[in-house]
Amino acid sequence: MMMDNELSLPSPGHSLSAHASQSGESAAAAMRIAAKKTRSREIMLAYACLAPSLLIFGLFLFYPLLKSVYLSLFLTDPQGRVAEFVGLDNFKEILASEMFYTSFWNTLLFILLTVPTGIAAAILLAALTHNKLRGMKIFRFIFSLPMAVSVGTGSMIWMILYHPTLGILNYFLSLLGSQPIQWLTDPKWAMISVALMTIWMNLGFNYILMLSGMQGVSEDIYDSTKIDGSGPLRTFFRITMPLISPTLFFTSVVSVIGAFQAFGQINILTKGGPINSTNVMVFNIYQDAFVNFRFGIGSAQALILFAIILLLTVFQFKFVEKKVHYQ
Amino acid sequence: MNMRLMPKSFIYTALLLCSLAVLFPLLYTLSTSLMSEAESAVYPPPLLPEAINLSNFAKVIDTIPVLTFIGNSLIVSIAIMLGQIVTASLAAYAFAFLRFPGKTLLFSLFLATMMIPWEVIMIPNYLTVKSLNWLDTYQGLIVPFLATAFGTFLLRQTFLQLPKELFEAARVDGCGHVRTFLSMVLPLSIPGIATLGVYSFLNNWNMYLWPLLTTNRVEMRTVQIGIGMLQFEEMNSWNLILSGVLLLLLPSLLLLALGLKPLVRGITAGALKG
Repeated sequence: MMMDNELSLPSPGHSLSAHASQSGESAAAAMRIAAKKTRSREIMLAYACLAPSLLIFGLFLFYPLLKSVYLSLFLTDPQGRVAEFVGLDNFKEILASEMFYTSFWNTLLFILLTVPTGIAAAILLAALTHNKLRGMKIFRFIFSLPMAVSVGTGSMIWMILYHPTLGILNYFLSLLGSQPIQWLTDPKWAMISVALMTIWMNLGFNYILMLSGMQGVSEDIYDSTKIDGSGPLRTFFRITMPLISPTLFFTSVVSVIGAFQAFGQINILTKGGPINSTNVMVFNIYQDAFVNFRFGIGSAQALILFAIILLLTVFQFKFVEKKVHYQ
Repeated sequence: MNMRLMPKSFIYTALLLCSLAVLFPLLYTLSTSLMSEAESAVYPPPLLPEAINLSNFAKVIDTIPVLTFIGNSLIVSIAIMLGQIVTASLAAYAFAFLRFPGKTLLFSLFLATMMIPWEVIMIPNYLTVKSLNWLDTYQGLIVPFLATAFGTFLLRQTFLQLPKELFEAARVDGCGHVRTFLSMVLPLSIPGIATLGVYSFLNNWNMYLWPLLTTNRVEMRTVQIGIGMLQFEEMNSWNLILSGVLLLLLPSLLLLALGLKPLVRGITAGALKG
């Protein structure tokens, strides 16, 4: 990062030593020592400022990261105590288990169902509210509202909306003359239902990102396209989209990482079922570690997940970001 | 889309339809939470209550300890938020204004923490908290989250944008680092700190997996975990479940209404600098 443009406060000792430099060599030497002292005081102060953060990161981020690697090489008892060194056996067991691949493909499906649609919906809403018409403040607030909905409350609401016999969604379907859908208990529908709820829940955040991206595009560009007689759709795809591509890129990276980590809605709505159709990787880790108390296997799986997320993020930065147009 | 080139009526129709779709789950929650039990059990489901019925809220508070959950979530969220503001502003001050060896390395280390997904460290953290006997305690819910790389980064950017001349003047007046930090940098950075505060509070309020793992006793549950109790205690009365949901939603709705502006500003700064 750009550490060179720092703006550092020269220590108060400097001005002192400037005054004193006229009065003899010994005094100058004393002042140099004093300056050195303030300099080392500044260093001490810096470390003291960083100490609280470093202590917490050390205890609850770096230490557990190393411990995850350590645990992944062992079998553990239900108390989490290491029982036996097994080398890479945990990883072999995971890569040989069908459940791992099921959860991997489920996770990918979940990402495909939630990320592109979520971003497209956010772009649509942002485009609709990016103008100077009356009442936009209200619409902007409405579209940001899902941000206040947490995974716990959101899941409870949708659980009721999805109710198979009395739920209002199936009632609406019946008005359209359609058969009721077993939203959460039909293996074909369960993932779609969880995805739909997730898109709604994340809409507020994505919308705010997209709107601020569009507001960052200068007005002159729009005015000049208007003079050129470019139609709204053409302007949108040729001008707006490339100009908001940094925001688009940021949102997609954050959304993909977020989708990899989805857990709450699945734990509440489907518990990974029916027949594992919504069993995503994090849910599988949770099951292994905290339901079956196999902390070693759980840690190994978490590390695999970490590797996948890391690879995908690197990929996004290396290849996709090239298409991003930075102003 | 460049909406100025489209007819107004088209935009307003689209906006109304979209609002209805986005708001529907929340409006349904509000409407059902005001119904009587008989009304909410009718099929086809009525869209609006016949009469405003506030007794559900009292009944929910009697059935499950909603207020305890809200209290716990408030304690945990506010403690983490304040803690993060303290640790992040101290670290950000060091990164923005102090010279010390290892600065670039330490700053990269801070940024690297943002890459570690929570799932990877959750198992060892659970074991740590367990061995400290911190399960079912506030410190178990709070302490692991007291530092934030994102917040440090955000505040460092805020501090660096403050006018340089001010600090030069202060230095000439013999103002030391501690006083500069407390009486100049912090007060001038209140917008940035507010952004971090709102962001942090909403995140903490919505935390799900960690409290699920580390709390068992009902008295220690937070909102997100406690809400699951509605499912078991009152599965058949939707009016009660949804009035509970509404009560638990209120604090974050309120905060969003008040804090949307600083939040948007902060997110925008973060996203555009990507």
